[in-house]
Amino acid sequence: MELKACDIIREIKRSGIRFVVALPDRVTSEHLLKPILQDRELKVVQVCKEDEGVSICSGLYNAGRRALLLIQYTGLLDSVNSLRGVAVEGQNPVCMMVGLLGKEPGVAPTRSKRYGVRIVEPILDAMGIEHHLIEAAEDIAKIVPAVERAYERSAPVALLIGREPR
Amino acid sequence: MMKRDECLKVLARHRTDEIVVAVYMAAQEWIHISPSDLNYTFTGAMGQGSSHALGLALGRPDKRIIVLDGDGSLLMNLGSLVTIGHAAPKNLIHCVCENGTYETNGGVPLPGIRHISFTAIARAAGYPKTYEFANLEDWEREAGRILREEGPILVDLKIVPGAEYPEDFRRLYSVEHREVFRKAFQK
Repeated sequence: MELKACDIIREIKRSGIRFVVALPDRVTSEHLLKPILQDRELKVVQVCKEDEGVSICSGLYNAGRRALLLIQYTGLLDSVNSLRGVAVEGQNPVCMMVGLLGKEPGVAPTRSKRYGVRIVEPILDAMGIEHHLIEAAEDIAKIVPAVERAYERSAPVALLIGREPR
Repeated sequence: MMKRDECLKVLARHRTDEIVVAVYMAAQEWIHISPSDLNYTFTGAMGQGSSHALGLALGRPDKRIIVLDGDGSLLMNLGSLVTIGHAAPKNLIHCVCENGTYETNGGVPLPGIRHISFTAIARAAGYPKTYEFANLEDWEREAGRILREEGPILVDLKIVPGAEYPEDFRRLYSVEHREVFRKAFQK
């Protein structure tokens, strides 16, 4: 069941992503963001607020580059207007990897005791943003097709990290 | 104070092949003053111009990017100054059209406008160079040199509304025009 951070990083690279726009999240900081910061194949752009990242990823896309926005779900909730205007209406393939801090292992996000976690998927559904739960080792195989589909559709996608990768 | 359209015309005279990211009132005027497939007006939400510009600048370090920001817009995304200062793109020139109001939203004054110094905030955030212009002749004399300087640079343009231009937000955010931009930019 363990999520291996090195496998996630491999799939990020395999999807053609070379920029990671990030604001630290307790779920992904230690084993995902810190190694990415040391990885010479990936360039990290650190932001002060997550909505900046939505637009930086869009600017990178329009410059012909692929990027990943690595954030916590609270940052996603804080970025709803940018996601609305920049990613959805602006048809920019903003690919997000979102840590679900506090989600209980093996519990669906919509069944979490945490209100903030519980509302993430319904909000994404209401916005028409495709999302995938990455919680078990076999879920890592969803990353490349999800990113490819985002670029094919020119639409955002959220990869929800359901447990801390190790 | 400079009339905004006259100020933008100065920039247009010095523009060569730069990508220009423009927001709100400046964008409405810029697409008429300096029409080009390399104009990027597809910022989607208030305050986001500087962040789009950073993405473009990091994605294509071989191209020069100018952002025509607004003062209200920049206040909505002040953290982007720190992000840009940290990323330090040499190819980014950040112009702020400072008129002291939320002009698009009814001309209500900005909070704190008597005390704010965008150049001071930018320097403290890590921009190595900043400039302020309130006089058209000074801006005309210096614009060409500044456009060739290494960034990130913040240029505070003290402006008032000038001639009226048609307002068309649908055009500014048009995905069709964005696709034309992408093709032109990636040539």
